[in-house]
Amino acid sequence: MKKPELLVTPTSVAHMEQLAQAGANAVVIGEQRYGLRLAGEFSRQHIVDAMHVARKHGVRVYVAMNALFHNDKVDELSDYVRFLAEQQVDAIIFGDPAVLMTVREVAPHMKLHWNTETTATNWYACNYWGRKGAKRAVLARELNMEEIIEIKKHAEVEIEVQVHGMTCMFQSKRSLIGNYFEYQGKFMEVQQMKYTKGLFLYDKERDNRYPIFEDENGTHIMSPNDICIIDELEEMIDAGIDSFKIDGVLHEPEYITEVTKRYRRAIDLCVEHREQYEEEKAKLFAEIEAIQPQHRPLDTGFFFKETVY
Amino acid sequence: MSISQIIDGKRVIVKKPELLAPAGNLEKLKVAVHYGADAVFIGGQEYGLRSNADNFTLEEMAEGVQFASKYGAKIYVTTNIYAHNENIPGLEEYLRGLERVGVHGIIVADPLIIETARRVAPKLEVHLSTQQSLTNWKAVQFWKEEGLERVVLARETSAEEIRQIKEKVDIEIETFIHGAMCIAYSGRCVLSNHMTARDSNRGGCCQSCRWDYDLYKLEGDRAIALFDENDDPFAMSPKDLNLIQSIPKMIELGIDSLKIEGRMKSIHYVATVVSVYRKVIDAYCADPDNFVIRKEWLDELDKCANRDTAPAFFEGVPGYKEQMFGVHSKKTTYDFVGLVLDYDKETRIVTLQQRNFFKPGDEVEFFGPEIENFTQVIETIWDEEGNELDAARHPLQIVRFKVDREVFPYNMMRKGH
Repeated sequence: MKKPELLVTPTSVAHMEQLAQAGANAVVIGEQRYGLRLAGEFSRQHIVDAMHVARKHGVRVYVAMNALFHNDKVDELSDYVRFLAEQQVDAIIFGDPAVLMTVREVAPHMKLHWNTETTATNWYACNYWGRKGAKRAVLARELNMEEIIEIKKHAEVEIEVQVHGMTCMFQSKRSLIGNYFEYQGKFMEVQQMKYTKGLFLYDKERDNRYPIFEDENGTHIMSPNDICIIDELEEMIDAGIDSFKIDGVLHEPEYITEVTKRYRRAIDLCVEHREQYEEEKAKLFAEIEAIQPQHRPLDTGFFFKETVY
Repeated sequence: MSISQIIDGKRVIVKKPELLAPAGNLEKLKVAVHYGADAVFIGGQEYGLRSNADNFTLEEMAEGVQFASKYGAKIYVTTNIYAHNENIPGLEEYLRGLERVGVHGIIVADPLIIETARRVAPKLEVHLSTQQSLTNWKAVQFWKEEGLERVVLARETSAEEIRQIKEKVDIEIETFIHGAMCIAYSGRCVLSNHMTARDSNRGGCCQSCRWDYDLYKLEGDRAIALFDENDDPFAMSPKDLNLIQSIPKMIELGIDSLKIEGRMKSIHYVATVVSVYRKVIDAYCADPDNFVIRKEWLDELDKCANRDTAPAFFEGVPGYKEQMFGVHSKKTTYDFVGLVLDYDKETRIVTLQQRNFFKPGDEVEFFGPEIENFTQVIETIWDEEGNELDAARHPLQIVRFKVDREVFPYNMMRKGH
């Protein structure tokens, strides 16, 4: 039985080393100038250093270039892609077709992962981007288990599924936190507060807390719960899903490392010793639950949810 | 192709953009076309993004196409969901149906629908929806190479960015000029999915972005409120888009289609907004160098406004003044009270369908493409049998009364609050 890749998000080069030791097979890194909602900020020098760590531990490195680009950054994409090709990173993650066009021009052998967060919702679209050059599709988080399995059945590209962490619900180009402070007349707070960590929107009716932050790409609002399906991996492993992602955005490095260790064990057991997985999975879940930050409940995302329209 | 030429010593615009209007049902379609839209976009029973709108059956679409063709107007159908696997069966038949009834094009976001349309309904033009959030020329170039006829740009693109895109890529560009907007990048918001289990990218959007929230900061285990007791809550509701002042610039940029949002809006809204933009575009194209925006056009738009309006991203990233905070009352100052069905020039009696309460003594305003707006006070009102009425009370009731100036079918009557 094929073992899915365990893909994680380091916050720094040093953290990447810990994650490699914790059993990660691959990492997503990058900088917010080109990538969306990263756990850490990796400059070009950090990417060079990360490649050393990667070679030492046999870990694959995927660099995020999945922002929505406006004209002002289009011309510099080729320089960044060339740099990534020189570093021999394992793949570039893209959503905007401008990146695909640039890679075709300057690094045609570079592997591409298609990830728009919300729009990989059917197998045809995954294969479409496959025909355009993508090797992998990262599925939308709003799909249920049945849809994921059916996509995998028809997919001509690798399929990546997020199994843990928070997901993005909303991205605006507007400076929504800054605008709120300006509206309140708190001009002193605008610059200082809008990039502050730990901000959240409280939804009284649902008693939910949605993390919110601003960066170069605008304002992002995140899910109120962290997905955790460490105890529900059987079906996707049997279906041959290619990559399981733990997204650590807005989490502490130690937390990401601990979660990675648990998923490493869960995947290994689920593939090699299914019975033992069945016995141990509740414990693995409980161990993660025990280290959840306050106000971050675990749930199963959309895996077992009915969505209407 | 140049935008303008000197004809008889005067510059005129020779590349006139299409005015594209929304229509939620057949009546709205007819009104939009009659009031001057060059093209109308509608939704079918499936694959569109407004599951709460009336939406068209194929028979209604056929009738709409036929009606529009008398005016030389085109019909586009929104098929811009991001499909899930379960939406794949039935798609081919649906697209074949659209081609069969003669719609001109479809507005699409999902490559599944783009390629399926190409294969089974090749006569349909394919326009890329704003749901793809196209924000740069290179992405536009990609879709041109994929063979699309037109792209609708993201609402986040500025005039300068549109100019660059037009310069670098030879493809039809459609942009929004008026109506409600998403505060998020379109297609990149799933608030509805999380908050109400309704799929925003398949038409289930419940507009969670229009709700109020409280902003806190987590310090250790404590949540600190970032608002005082008397402060308005955190909100991200955008003002509606209104680019009437920028129409000249948009025409000079060579934008091919100017789009009004609002398939859920009333026929009064569609008629008012379409007729104003029709006048602006025609006046500018006829004599761009002596063009001024007339105050009566701005006043007219206000008569059907649901919210305050703003120019959004056209001249840069919008700030807090282009959002709505606190309590905002409904803005509309006029009610749509009647639709003209007929007018007898001899007796000066109008036959009109009631759309809202009115009574003798009320001052009302008539408007429509054939007439200049005028107001008058209503005198005696009769029903169809000639009985005198104390008021027109019943929705869709047919009534008659005297109107001094000539009015035409589809002209509308409105009343100030």
